[in-house]
Amino acid sequence: MNTDPPNPPSPLLRLDGVQIAYSGIQAVKGIDLQLHRGERVSLIGANGAGKTTTLNAIAGLLPLARGEILYDGDRIGQLPAHKRLRRGIALVPEGRGIFTRLTVEENLRMGAYSRRDAAGIEADLERVYTMLPRIKERLAQVAGTLSGGEQQMLAIGRALLSRPKLLLLDEPSMGLAPLIVEKIFEVLRSVGNEGVTILLVEQNANLALEFSQRAYVMESGRITLSGSGPELLTDPKVRTAYLGEIDAVGERG
Amino acid sequence: MNELASAVPWLGRRNPQAARWLIVIVAIAAPLVAVLFGRTWVRVLDFALLYVMLALGLNLVVGFAGLLDLGYIAFYAVGAYTAAFLASPHFGVHLPFWIVLPVAAGCAALAGIMLGFPVLRLRGDYLAIVTLGFGEIVRIFLNNLNYPVNITNGPQGINTLDPLVLFGWDLSRNLEITENLSINSLFLYYYFFLACVAGSIVFIQRLQVSRVGRAWAAMRDDELAAKAIGINTRNLKLLAFSLGATFGGVAGGLFGAFQGFVSPESFSLMESIAVLTMVVFGGMGNVAGAIVGALILSALPEILRHLAVPLQQTLFGTVLLDPEVLRMLLLSLAMILMMLLKPAGLIPAHARYSHVEHLKRHGVSR
Repeated sequence: MNTDPPNPPSPLLRLDGVQIAYSGIQAVKGIDLQLHRGERVSLIGANGAGKTTTLNAIAGLLPLARGEILYDGDRIGQLPAHKRLRRGIALVPEGRGIFTRLTVEENLRMGAYSRRDAAGIEADLERVYTMLPRIKERLAQVAGTLSGGEQQMLAIGRALLSRPKLLLLDEPSMGLAPLIVEKIFEVLRSVGNEGVTILLVEQNANLALEFSQRAYVMESGRITLSGSGPELLTDPKVRTAYLGEIDAVGERG
Repeated sequence: MNELASAVPWLGRRNPQAARWLIVIVAIAAPLVAVLFGRTWVRVLDFALLYVMLALGLNLVVGFAGLLDLGYIAFYAVGAYTAAFLASPHFGVHLPFWIVLPVAAGCAALAGIMLGFPVLRLRGDYLAIVTLGFGEIVRIFLNNLNYPVNITNGPQGINTLDPLVLFGWDLSRNLEITENLSINSLFLYYYFFLACVAGSIVFIQRLQVSRVGRAWAAMRDDELAAKAIGINTRNLKLLAFSLGATFGGVAGGLFGAFQGFVSPESFSLMESIAVLTMVVFGGMGNVAGAIVGALILSALPEILRHLAVPLQQTLFGTVLLDPEVLRMLLLSLAMILMMLLKPAGLIPAHARYSHVEHLKRHGVSR
């Protein structure tokens, strides 16, 4: 019996030597990264390491300075954002990015902006409602009046309405109480179990590593470490740098 | 139409149906009442309707799409001068009005796209500055394009534009019904403008709940998120600029034919600011607000002018404050009062963009 995992087919997403620069500063200095279908992968690192930049570039919100992004075997590095979404890449942006003056339901429906299958949209709405019962209670409310946690849920629900194959999440735990963060990750787990591939950017490394099967560690624009979630959780370097633990010598990392 | 009914203070909420009919009756009866005070007031109403159209167009850009445009009057100018070029003795061209108006609208839309492309990446203050510059450039061009080749006739402007002729019916002549009963030309223009405004309102309200309207609303709230859910923000911005400009162009074409005379001084920066004030004063992003704002802020200065000039003459024996200065004073005062008392405008926008009702009506289960 072959105990090795079967060699997966081509990855869903591959970044090849991606460099990203804006206003003269090179924020990402050449990174390689792979995501297989159905995988949950996280990208962790300190503030300003280039995580958000990378995520935005995958979504098509930032141009590449060099390198290529392959998605489903195709080069998408030059594709505008709205075409990438149509191919199944959805981003939940940093700070949620909900439409504050539209109602909750309008926000959700905007997620299906690029879809034309009315019946499918209604079915997906129902799915999101069962997944996020709190949101269903507030459909007619203006989205700007929701609490932070609810806004995050709404942003996730909205992204799901585009029926993504790859979900990009930018710090979904930001500024939220631990209990709420737990709920959000519960939702994300069930999204992952439905077969959606997830790339998660987090500052909260503990949370991210527990959630994902694999992780990449980013430091000032480069990937310095990668491995499985449990592996990195026990890696001394990660523990000192990102999990706030004091190393053997007793100094802060 | 529901939003329009909200313009009626008390009745609008309780009985929108009645409020709507009230609006229709007032709109039709307004010139009949105004004429009791003199024909000038019918003329004031005619201009008020042109301002309504301008405010509706600018509201599309500023209120719906969230793009601050300080040079909007340039499109009005493009429309008016297109009418002047195509239907006046200036070039000796006299095209019929049903050709002139679409061409004026088209030229303005083109000007809108021309402005749109370079400002795609700009936002907020920077966008405002560039659009302001654009408005001034158009005015300065109109002022100076009389040499070496005379195109715009410079500061003198272009005279004797052809009047509005609909199916052989000249709106600039009084309509004789019997020997001693005739309808003044000002009334004819009023009802024609009213029809144009009504058409614009229907079009814009449909636009607001359309896919495009919702995408604009999303873009206005959060551009990055709008991109992330698959909205092509570039095309939608260009569409906003060109559609908004189209309304300016139509209003300009009507203005040219109505006034019979166009000159660069009608299209100064202060006019852009006046139209923007109307939109903001009424309530940004709100059709009813734009209409009410335009009506109040175009009619009120006229009333003030007719009161202030004789008043100053009896009090001081001379006119100390020019009516034009008074108009700007009034606009500023209106802005200050609004900011203090009703920061969201007279009729705050609470529009619904989604198609829920529409979907229900078409039998898609929810």
